[in-house]
Amino acid sequence: MISATTRQLRASYAFVERNAHLVKRYWSWELVWLAYSIANSLSVSYIGLGMEQISGQEIDGRYLVLYLVVGTLVWRYLSLIFYWITDVIGLERWEGTIEYTLMAPIHRLTHMAGQTAFAVAYSLLFTAIILAVTVKLFQIDLTNANLFGMTLVMLSGSLSFIGIGIVGSILPLLFPERGAQMTHVIIAMLLLVSGVYYPVAVLPPTLRMLSVFSPATYVLDGTRKALLDGLPTAQLWPSIWPTLVAGAIAIPIGLWVFGLAERYAKRTGKLHRNG
Amino acid sequence: MDEIAIHVREAYKVFHKQSLFPWNRKNGHGEKKRVVAVDSISFDVSKGEIFGVLGPNGSGKSTLIRLIATLLLPDSGAVTVFGHDVVHDRIAVQRLINRVSVEASFFKKLSPMENLIFGARLYGLSAQQARVQILEILTRLGLERSTISKPVEEMSRGMQQKVAIARALLTRPAVLLMDEPTTGLDPRSKREVQALVRELRDQDETTILLTTHDMVEAEMLCDRIAIMDAGKIVALDTPEKLCAMVPSHNGRSPTLEDVFLELTGKKLIEEDDVE
Repeated sequence: MISATTRQLRASYAFVERNAHLVKRYWSWELVWLAYSIANSLSVSYIGLGMEQISGQEIDGRYLVLYLVVGTLVWRYLSLIFYWITDVIGLERWEGTIEYTLMAPIHRLTHMAGQTAFAVAYSLLFTAIILAVTVKLFQIDLTNANLFGMTLVMLSGSLSFIGIGIVGSILPLLFPERGAQMTHVIIAMLLLVSGVYYPVAVLPPTLRMLSVFSPATYVLDGTRKALLDGLPTAQLWPSIWPTLVAGAIAIPIGLWVFGLAERYAKRTGKLHRNG
Repeated sequence: MDEIAIHVREAYKVFHKQSLFPWNRKNGHGEKKRVVAVDSISFDVSKGEIFGVLGPNGSGKSTLIRLIATLLLPDSGAVTVFGHDVVHDRIAVQRLINRVSVEASFFKKLSPMENLIFGARLYGLSAQQARVQILEILTRLGLERSTISKPVEEMSRGMQQKVAIARALLTRPAVLLMDEPTTGLDPRSKREVQALVRELRDQDETTILLTTHDMVEAEMLCDRIAIMDAGKIVALDTPEKLCAMVPSHNGRSPTLEDVFLELTGKKLIEEDDVE
């Protein structure tokens, strides 16, 4: 007899393996998506080089490029995690397999852990490729950057985005037809208030207040300090702990809300409809 | 006394066509659609029994299967599988059951092997164990080995249905819920599936709940049959006793189809006559 833990671990790994197979089978789409993401990052980063000409003033363009590069990379990483997790239901609705997966004898934590493990691994790899291309093209010097610290900040920031992603994943569960599209609202709001491409100080007071509650604000701040200023890992702690706290709050809340939404879907028959 | 595999007592399920948001809901003009899908039905299925459920489209057969499969929550009443309540003991029930539905839902770009290993892992099986069993089951179902690694989308409907049956058998369920498993299959595939259903009961003592529109299939396979209409069970007995319920026409012994029409179709004619 296998133990309950082994059962749940195997079930968790099922999602990692399945997603890897899907990425392999949709390889052409993955290439298109990668090309789009690289082009997107580069076009935002070129604004840094163009600012001197646009403003007519002397500006440290290289610094500005790196500032924007960090914004695009961190944002790509966090939003990829978010979308992979919210896709936990959307993908299965699309394929029509949702009832089979939700009928399996597994805890929702097991389910989410598998999807999350894949999301983090995929997003790290994807972001690393974009970073490599950007560094090469802009000839960015990372010799003084604290890459270990940067990775630590991004990984700790992942936790909060996992929680937000789980909350977002209830939308396709509750709204079979348009739920997947609704998740874009969450990510757009975070993009606005987190200081991805500008310091949060430029935001009006209300939005600036909201930025305090966005974990992305701290991830971006910590990543910039690690990459641009080369701050040692210990000094990155003020950017790390808020994201850990946010993760510790958001993940249990996400799982709880997901449980409620699943119950609602089972009560109203929304699992069956493939939107 | 026979062990009870499925126990359904006064199960009731109603669907309201209502928005999640109050401002989208219809106001008191009786426009809110209310459909009683399962109307206080009760029955028991013994271990190792093949129990058929017949009924016209929309009679509540699939809703009943979803209630037993933990995919819907009953509004009232109780449903248990080998003593485990489908609402309060979800995972224990899910370990005992599996389901084959009319739509063979898969990740279409993945191969049968990849889909089945995913399913097997969700039930705690190792990939190694699963591979051996998958080959054995697919061979038993008459599926060629060469098709195992091709994407499911390249397979015929009949072949996909066999893979769906393999997915259910892989977990060796004590209770197998089969929702119109032979619909759309060619006569040969249909016969193979029917032979398998018998074999499962005879060799593994699997309890099978089968819904079908095929009266001959029901008569041939089922130990007992429940006829459902508008969410209610209008008759429940062995095929022989059901046939004895209606008088013979022109010296011909009544078939199950005659019983079905008598109990469901005739009622509609009477209503029309009244108008």
